[in-house]
Amino acid sequence: MGRAYSTIAFDPAKCDGCGDCMTACAQAKTGTDDWARSRIQIVGRGNATQDAIRDAIEDATEKAFELALCRQCADPKCVTVCPAGALAKDGASGVIGWDASKCVDCLLCTVGCAYGGIALDEVSGHVSKCDTCDGKPACVPVCSKGALTYVTTANIYNEVGDWEDLFAPGLAGCQGCNTELLMRHTLRRVGPDTVLATPPGCVPGMGSVGFNGTTGTKVPVFHPLLTNTAAMLAGVKRQFKRMGRDVTALAIAGDGGASDVGFQSLSGAAERGEQMLFMVVDNEGYMNTGMQRSSCTPYGAWTSTTPIGAGCSAGQPAQGKTQDAKNLPLLMVNHRCAYVATASTAYMEDLYAKLDRAIEASKTGFAYVHVYSPCTTGWRFPSDQNMEVARKAVETNFVMLWEFTPSEGLRFSRSVDDPLPVTDYLKAMGRFRHLSPEQIEHIQGKVVENSKFIQRFSEQAHGG
Amino acid sequence: MEQTQYLIVGSSHAALEAISAIRMHDATGTLTVVTRDAHLPYSPTVLPYVVSGKSAPERVFLRDDDFFARNAVSYRPGAGLAALHADSNTAELADGTRLGYDKLLLATGTSPAIPPIPGIDTVSYHVLRTLDDALGLRDAIAQSRQAVVLGAGLVGMHAAENLVKAGASVTIVEMSDQLTAGYFDKVAAQMIEQAFTDNGAKILTGSRVVRLEPSPVGARLTLANGTTLEADLLLVATGVKPNLEYLNGSGVAFDHGILVDDTMRTSVANVWAAGDCAQAKHFFSPTPRVNAILPSATEQGRLAGMAMAGDAGIKPYPGGVPLNTYHFFGRHAISVGSSEAPEGSEVLTRFDEKTGRYLKAIFRDGRLAGIFGVNEFFDGGIMCQLIVRRMDLTADKERLVADPLKVGRELMSRTWR
Repeated sequence: MGRAYSTIAFDPAKCDGCGDCMTACAQAKTGTDDWARSRIQIVGRGNATQDAIRDAIEDATEKAFELALCRQCADPKCVTVCPAGALAKDGASGVIGWDASKCVDCLLCTVGCAYGGIALDEVSGHVSKCDTCDGKPACVPVCSKGALTYVTTANIYNEVGDWEDLFAPGLAGCQGCNTELLMRHTLRRVGPDTVLATPPGCVPGMGSVGFNGTTGTKVPVFHPLLTNTAAMLAGVKRQFKRMGRDVTALAIAGDGGASDVGFQSLSGAAERGEQMLFMVVDNEGYMNTGMQRSSCTPYGAWTSTTPIGAGCSAGQPAQGKTQDAKNLPLLMVNHRCAYVATASTAYMEDLYAKLDRAIEASKTGFAYVHVYSPCTTGWRFPSDQNMEVARKAVETNFVMLWEFTPSEGLRFSRSVDDPLPVTDYLKAMGRFRHLSPEQIEHIQGKVVENSKFIQRFSEQAHGG
Repeated sequence: MEQTQYLIVGSSHAALEAISAIRMHDATGTLTVVTRDAHLPYSPTVLPYVVSGKSAPERVFLRDDDFFARNAVSYRPGAGLAALHADSNTAELADGTRLGYDKLLLATGTSPAIPPIPGIDTVSYHVLRTLDDALGLRDAIAQSRQAVVLGAGLVGMHAAENLVKAGASVTIVEMSDQLTAGYFDKVAAQMIEQAFTDNGAKILTGSRVVRLEPSPVGARLTLANGTTLEADLLLVATGVKPNLEYLNGSGVAFDHGILVDDTMRTSVANVWAAGDCAQAKHFFSPTPRVNAILPSATEQGRLAGMAMAGDAGIKPYPGGVPLNTYHFFGRHAISVGSSEAPEGSEVLTRFDEKTGRYLKAIFRDGRLAGIFGVNEFFDGGIMCQLIVRRMDLTADKERLVADPLKVGRELMSRTWR
């Protein structure tokens, strides 16, 4: 298996050109404050007096700065044009390494790179390039604007990529759906000693229960009713326990099955502390059956049962759902489950950390993981935008990432300070396209209210 | 007769890139590399540094046996191509072996061009094109007291510098009236010449050797103006010519090099060519040219490999752009693009005598055509992209010349996302 690599990521929208990263790099690599010797170079995107460049800068989120930094290319030109074999990509770290003892200072590598990623350090007389400081880049922690981040998500792939995929190949999801990713990763992590319950919804729709008499998983899977998932799984788990077999009881259910008709069995199992891991894939509606609203559908959203336009309801113009969503994970907190967490596939490292804790908690009690899952078909956004929509939901505080245990209370796993305006999230999809200014104001108000409400849990937990 | 799906002749940059490109698309097709050289792959470009001692000869190899094993490549050094029988898809090697191929890449590089000077076959002289040449020259330089270098191109100048540093008295004889012609302009050439004469070398530009004969010292050279030079070491560095002898009767069309189209295909079915032996599209010329430089070899090798493997991601060759870097006596020179400045082009220069920083940029219709610097560092790769993309720099010319490193990155960064 190939490897995935950690990388220094740059968000030009957040860079103000302060140059702290260059100072840090120059200090780490040369012991000086000389920006010219920094291996990371913040580059102005242009002279603002020129129309062409001004247009580029005014391009909404783009600001005025770019980054000249080695991109540690997968297919590096600098390496191919080096006549001395002094440059080579390290298969383990992905970093393109420079071997001083082989380099002949010919500068051909600088002729190969179109990104200004390897350049002459006039003081040393040699080329210099970013080596990511052996995985601890000096530039990243000093960036107070959040423009530089060191993305280590690749570690997940490296760690679990070789683990057995317990779902059949070729699931029948909609194009761009993130639930396949979620199912495969979750089952991989939970492992083969698992009994899986998938009530009606997108997960069996995608093939968990299989086709033509074979299951879609390599673990035992069953298809309970929408109403009795948690109850049935509790019984199965108890029977295995009685037989002396240690299996993880896992449910992957939709928000409809969990928050609406399945809620009483979910609540009951949680109240009894049944030993299971209950994962809810929350796509905010009954997307599998034609995008009907659920109690998790947010205010203002279009669904097939909360339509838009004149004459929808007794001749009254309608503007999507008129009620706010139920906050199911908070309800589960009030069951004092052994573990409750919210998660997003845009934050996979966070999701994995929470899965680990949930699996552990499910050995002694009820563990609940609520994953926000944008629906490309039902929410009306392009199929390549799932992760972006999921990320925007979190960045705007429309949803928040946290975890809860009875002993530690509630803790945010990602800061809710300084959110983006909720419109950044709303405009990313079609189901909110019709919103009136008043409705947007209502939603923004709800976001603030929700975040304050949950923060109070968090503050109390931490003696705030 | 032995059969291979892919046959690559040659083992330097173009060949190595072709191997990668083929294996990217076809992990299992049988692939054979034959090369006249006896060693693992290395770059001709590194040889001057082997001569100077900067590169340890055992550490210049670009790939090891493990690379060929991992990529399922049968690597056969010491096996030159003697004849190509394209009508039967067969290559005939120097030892008489015949190899059948489905797809053939000719990446055979060049050999030194030996000028037809009367008496040249009566004296012993050095050339520098192979690792064995480099080792021979390295040892000879250590013994030399008075050396003559024929040709003031980059290879000759490199070797001359090594000779100077080793303590020999060195004379460089160049036919044209400027050294490093074709790479650098008169101002830069003057700086280079000054550096050499400051260090004790003698440079005779505009001089032609009319006669060579053995002498007690080694060789005696007679110049057109009648003067004679004695040399205990004679280096012939008057250029290179593609290796094409094996083409006779094959039907593969060639001119100065093997003629190829935009995907490096020759005039004959199932035969491609890349690198210094190929005459391909040129960015600054309506007709194909041999652009015998390392970056072009890698690009052409990559394209040829993709074409041979049937990789649909192939994009046609944009045309060769001259790219050269050169170090002399602690200074560096970079040249990107065309040094020609036809009528209507705009030439901007600046020169700081104190620091020895020199920069020259040539613009045509507001677009960069070439940029050349001595002791003035800029990103050659970015400049090359500005040229190839024909970016309109009308408003930025002066700024670019004033600070090519910063402004080049700024201009290029507009294309980064």
